[in-house]
Amino acid sequence: MPVGSASWSFTEDDFGAITQSLQRFLHDSNARCALLVDRTGQLVATVGEQPKFDPTTFATLTAADFSANDQLAKLIGENDFNSLFHQGEKESMYLADVARRVILVVLFDNRTTLGLVRLKMKEVVVELAKLFEEVFSRGGTGSGKPGLLSGADDEIDKLFQ
Amino acid sequence: MSMINYASREINCKIVYYGPGLGGKTTNLEHVYGKVTPDTRGKLISLATETERTLFFDFLPVDLGSIRGFKTRFHLYTVPGQVYYNASRKLILKGVDGIVFVGDSQLERMEANQEAMQNLYDNMAEYGYDLTKMPFVIQYNKRDLPNAAPVKDLQAAMNPGWEVTDPAKQRVTPDPYHAGENLVEQVDGAWVERAQYFEAVAVTGEGVFDTLKAVSKLVLKALA
Repeated sequence: MPVGSASWSFTEDDFGAITQSLQRFLHDSNARCALLVDRTGQLVATVGEQPKFDPTTFATLTAADFSANDQLAKLIGENDFNSLFHQGEKESMYLADVARRVILVVLFDNRTTLGLVRLKMKEVVVELAKLFEEVFSRGGTGSGKPGLLSGADDEIDKLFQ
Repeated sequence: MSMINYASREINCKIVYYGPGLGGKTTNLEHVYGKVTPDTRGKLISLATETERTLFFDFLPVDLGSIRGFKTRFHLYTVPGQVYYNASRKLILKGVDGIVFVGDSQLERMEANQEAMQNLYDNMAEYGYDLTKMPFVIQYNKRDLPNAAPVKDLQAAMNPGWEVTDPAKQRVTPDPYHAGENLVEQVDGAWVERAQYFEAVAVTGEGVFDTLKAVSKLVLKALA
């Protein structure tokens, strides 16, 4: 896809569907919080307990972490690592690829187990992949509307005066 | 790859500062961080070595105002300039919407500049991006140094231009930032386009915002 026109967008309906899936997942897995981050490091959604850290920074580092590990995978002859696990003393995180474009990050503590989180994540990843494939196939304009910024040249000029 | 979030009413774009090592990419971000009001920017993240050389990237999110009720959020990244770090440098280019090439004006850095520019073209091509068809500006930094090369020479070395094959773009386009100069013009019978360029002294902030504004504007116009 060419740069510039390669944008993607999601609507409030998409957001509702994503949130619903993730809320169900959090309930079933007993995890604390789920974040969706796109591969370029932009935060798409946060569901569950609101994190106390800066989510924008977190999203950027997550994408970088995933990209670096992708390259490590290639070095050892794998296509990619489709999930990563970081274990802490109290808090842990599990990251999984969704449709090659988005990363699901789940934060959990000792109220649940890695096994349960991993099991439930597999299901929600399939669900989310379907949702996102639909979003991506639609491109950057969002629910068939004309481009958000089409004809906004004057407004853009004003912004930078 | 810009993202429009209709739920939170945000447009998110990614801008990468590229260029040779010690050229001032991180300094550009530090100046922006210091100058914009705290409520319009996030934290400045630096993944650097103990000697403050960028190891993976620096990152700064800034809001540049609203258009049509949507907040425009720009994620600014720098890459490590040292040749050695190409693997991590390439990762940062993924999904980029706009590029700022920070060149070092010092005569003795000319070769490093050209090497970094070639490396940028190569890395972009590997992702299937064509630098000549996307928001791209060049900043000549360190203009205050006594050994700074004339802008004319820097232009010849880093911004000689590329051929314009699209007949619709084959018309003289003045450079809005330099009176009497053109971004698109005929040279020896062929139509040539050059990237916008800016002179800067990033340590004092001179030219830093002009560069950022120009590239952001190009990024938003590419969406329009």
